[in-house]
Amino acid sequence: MSTPELKKVSAKPDLLLSTHHSLCPGCGEPLALRVILELLAELGVAERTICVCGIGCYTAFPGIIDVDVLQALHGRAPSVATGAKRVLPDRFVFTLQGDGDMVSEGLQEIIHSAARGEKFTAVLLNNGVFGETGGHMTSTSVLGQRTKTTMDTGRVAEKHGYPIKIADLIAQVDGSTYVARGAMHTPAAIAWTKRILGEAFRVQLEGEGFSFVEVLTMCPTDWYVEPSETPDWIERNFTGTYPLKILKHP
Amino acid sequence: MTKVLMEGSHAIAEAAIQAGCRFYAGYPITPSTEILEYMSHRLPQVGGVCMNAESELEAINMVWGAAGCGVRAMIASTGQGISLMQESFAELANAEIPCVIVNMMRGQGDYFQATRGGGHGDYRHLVLAPHTVQEAVDLVMLAFHVADRWRNPALVLGDFVLGHTSEAVEFRPRDESDLPPKTWAATGKGSRASLNVTPLGSPEKLDLKPGDHYQAIAAKLPRIAAAETRAETGLLDDAEVAVVAFGSPARFVKYAVHACRAQGMKVGWVRPISLWPFPAEAVAAAAGRVRALAVFEQNAGQMIDDVRLAVLGKVPVVPIGGISHDPSGFGVGPALAPANIIAKIAEVYRGKAAA
Repeated sequence: MSTPELKKVSAKPDLLLSTHHSLCPGCGEPLALRVILELLAELGVAERTICVCGIGCYTAFPGIIDVDVLQALHGRAPSVATGAKRVLPDRFVFTLQGDGDMVSEGLQEIIHSAARGEKFTAVLLNNGVFGETGGHMTSTSVLGQRTKTTMDTGRVAEKHGYPIKIADLIAQVDGSTYVARGAMHTPAAIAWTKRILGEAFRVQLEGEGFSFVEVLTMCPTDWYVEPSETPDWIERNFTGTYPLKILKHP
Repeated sequence: MTKVLMEGSHAIAEAAIQAGCRFYAGYPITPSTEILEYMSHRLPQVGGVCMNAESELEAINMVWGAAGCGVRAMIASTGQGISLMQESFAELANAEIPCVIVNMMRGQGDYFQATRGGGHGDYRHLVLAPHTVQEAVDLVMLAFHVADRWRNPALVLGDFVLGHTSEAVEFRPRDESDLPPKTWAATGKGSRASLNVTPLGSPEKLDLKPGDHYQAIAAKLPRIAAAETRAETGLLDDAEVAVVAFGSPARFVKYAVHACRAQGMKVGWVRPISLWPFPAEAVAAAAGRVRALAVFEQNAGQMIDDVRLAVLGKVPVVPIGGISHDPSGFGVGPALAPANIIAKIAEVYRGKAAA
């Protein structure tokens, strides 16, 4: 039996300007960014894309991706995207935020943007920690999760409250059109995530309304686990609370 | 030009539209709400967008998005709402995104907030303080111009008297001279020349140098100050006392000064129009002619700090204003009554008021 030939597909997506970035080894965000950039190229919308980046590890993105970027303050990307899409409705607008940014600081903005049925796509990269500040609990840290501010016991509901399942919340809002959850921890999950992100982008391109995709991503630095163990960590700790599925579609 | 009778708030909103404003976001709050109301029906008529935002934070960040795409955008609120937006003002200044902010104050208690800002870091924004509805129209149009010229937020500081006063106004043609093209705006340039509009600057790709960016912002401020300082003076030639006042109360002060003249007192006035940059030279020049400066402002004493800095102790600087709200906090209090202002000026003129 012959060994299948391994084929290198591409070194990097065309819309990625450099493979040098300030994200940590083992981080899931570069994988998610790659999938997004591949989709922008495949859909042929890069030339009319405006990306609204949140704060945190996302400040690394504006300098390395070859689309127009508006950098928003923590929590505010959906509002900034609202202003952008409302004045330039023929542009392709998407937001990129982390869980501390979107769910802790900016919960109001994302809910209201969904309720208004804004015609952009919101992407949440959820790793359950404030990554850039050094690994503190966010609104999506799961029960039992050890973070810098829940170190002794892990997140305990009586003390720290429950994680917010933001995709489930968004799906309940009448103004949302497409809501789905993916992850970056296995090849199958990445393929699934690319599919749902593509669906979300198509909802925008066809003017159908507000689309939202949550992507579970790895943060080995702030989870205190080896990068090689992060896929298993997501499977054990995240997918129970945050199952990968389509929560709402047109 | 035809004059039309308009309430101050509506005139401000219409001036913004005449200036090319095509995006407005607001959150209702007295006494700025009439601007939102006017924009909600008028902006769509000219192809613009008005957002009744769910909070002040959302409103200012919607303005950020529209303005970041190169569209002229405005927001209005009053002090409390403006407080909530300060973080964004600071970052808009650092991102060099032009927009116009209107603060219809309840009194004049937001002088420090407007001129110092409550946001973080080294930043300034232009502050223009009209004293009539016509001047509000002119300064709103100017605010859009200077905001674009300097790529910096500009704030128009009005108040509830101005907002609720109806006057005949005319809208002059929009000035589009000396404005650089908005090549920085994020409009979807793709791989041709993709852009970043960030509070860390709009740098060349992969060459993010925030320190250099902050230095460049700081270096811009003296150039703005040199070009955009504005003041009005009156009756100073033989004056022995000059009254310094800004905004709507300055109109009351002008009346009081004329009344003092009618009583034989040689009194003039200085009215800062730009509060940042503060017209220190005009105030200092006035101080060089008189034996005392009286400062009338409808607050506990805020602009008086800038007046004293301008004068550097050369003549006494005497506060004659004060917090002047009615018990509700929304109406005019007794300190703004012309009779009171005349009496206060007379005290300073007779040398009886303490510096």
